[in-house]
Amino acid sequence: MLELVDVTVAVPVGDGIKEILRDVNLRIDDQFVAVTGPNGSGKSTLAKVIMGIVRPTSGRILFNGKDITDLGIHERAGLGISYAFQQPVKFKGLKVFELISLAAGRDLTKDDACEYLSQVGLCALDYVDRDLDASLSGGELKRIEIAMMLARGTFFTILDEPEAGIDLWSFQNLIGVFRHLHEVTDGSILIISHQERILDMVDQIIVLNEGRVEQAGPKDEILPGLLLPADTCRAACDYYAVS
Amino acid sequence: MEKEIKPVNPVKDKIYQNLLQEIAGLYTMPMGAFNIRADGQGVERQTTANIDIETKKDQPGIDIRVKAGTKNESIHIPVVIGRTGLKDLVYNDFYIGADADVTIVAGCAIHNPGLEDSEHDGIHRFFVGENAKVKYIEKHYGEGEGAGKRVLNPTTVIELARGSTMEMDSVQIQGVDSTIRETRAVVGEGATLIISEKIMTDGDQYAKTIFEVDLDGEDSRTHLISRAVVQGDSEQIFVSKMEGNNRSRGHSECDAILMSRGKAVAIPEVTANHPEAELIHEAVIGKIAGEQLTKLMTLGLSEEEAEAQIISGFMK
Repeated sequence: MLELVDVTVAVPVGDGIKEILRDVNLRIDDQFVAVTGPNGSGKSTLAKVIMGIVRPTSGRILFNGKDITDLGIHERAGLGISYAFQQPVKFKGLKVFELISLAAGRDLTKDDACEYLSQVGLCALDYVDRDLDASLSGGELKRIEIAMMLARGTFFTILDEPEAGIDLWSFQNLIGVFRHLHEVTDGSILIISHQERILDMVDQIIVLNEGRVEQAGPKDEILPGLLLPADTCRAACDYYAVS
Repeated sequence: MEKEIKPVNPVKDKIYQNLLQEIAGLYTMPMGAFNIRADGQGVERQTTANIDIETKKDQPGIDIRVKAGTKNESIHIPVVIGRTGLKDLVYNDFYIGADADVTIVAGCAIHNPGLEDSEHDGIHRFFVGENAKVKYIEKHYGEGEGAGKRVLNPTTVIELARGSTMEMDSVQIQGVDSTIRETRAVVGEGATLIISEKIMTDGDQYAKTIFEVDLDGEDSRTHLISRAVVQGDSEQIFVSKMEGNNRSRGHSECDAILMSRGKAVAIPEVTANHPEAELIHEAVIGKIAGEQLTKLMTLGLSEEEAEAQIISGFMK
């Protein structure tokens, strides 16, 4: 279980200070949770605060009852937190196989690595010996990023807009992959997304707005309200089109 | 045929063997043609039906002649120096016959046990025949407990005839105090030259690379890749000159990772003397990208482990 208590992240902007997260209080049990909200609402910062990439200005973070606020990134990774980046990192000279092995934290065979790649829809033999560099497309990098999460298989996994850059045809398969990851780790998955189909598959939804938790609760309660603005917008568009 | 390496100096035998292992991966005598030079003298040689090696008469060095059509043969020509104060200069010429396909493993290792500088200057010339393919692997390495410097200055001159290909992999990972590495090439019609260089310097070491490639033939191509890790107070300079004198393509890239107080310089000179010459130069110099460290740390590596992993991949 992960708990954020009064977490605030403030950064200096010009002469003032901007609060990217404001007094965030959250409790994430062993569930499938989505974080959504407008651009700039603090979603990725929330993910980075949990992973330890961004340190909170104030507040505490607890993981399975242990205060991890002052722990570094790799210490949190060691406790079982994983993070799939929104924009996957490219390397020069490190191969896909090596990164999946590092993610797994053990010596993998090529067959093991191929198994993870196949699960995310990549024809494994074409990829396992390739460098994880700019020669791969955005969609390929995203899938490899998710394959690394499968290899880690930790208790708490954060996926930051994992569907971005993935073609619609493969979308349904990826949703299956997330479900599978949730089942095998028997832990929590925190998925940042704007996609209705992803929001529809989770147990809980957290809505961030301007750095605050605007809503949090079971999907069935939150999701209908989220879909309203789009309908309202569509109605407005229709109105202007007619007039 | 394999046999034990003949001792160069019974007392220092192990040192020479270690040097050979470092630069050529040799634990026993290699298969195929070879010429081993130790402390300024040829000590062991083997030729094959297709590859001849002869000592030059007018200057130190050897002529290596590969018969036309020779396929899948290798030539090892390692140089080892285990003495202090030795300055070794050698001229090696390679004549590669048409349609041949060979691998050449060169390289030099110096163990300097004393106070005086030890130096090896190897001048290698390659005359690659029509449609021939050459893979040239060159490793440089230095070690030794003495304060004397270990200096290696290789010069490589390449002439590629029509339709030929040469791939040159050059590596210097540690222990060389000073090096000036000069490679000059003329690329003929439809010929391709690929050079990949990896250099790591530390302390107050100095490394300078000069690539000069003339793309003279129609549809000639070159790709020059330099990766550098610059540690301590060391300095690396990368000069890349490409001249497109015909319809041709050239790509030069320099990638340097700076650590501590290292200094790196990339100096491109790209000249198109033909309207259909396409030449690109890229240079990226800077410390390890923070996001790369962060990514590996999210996989459970400490910052030091992440740094070592990135450097070893980059230099691999």
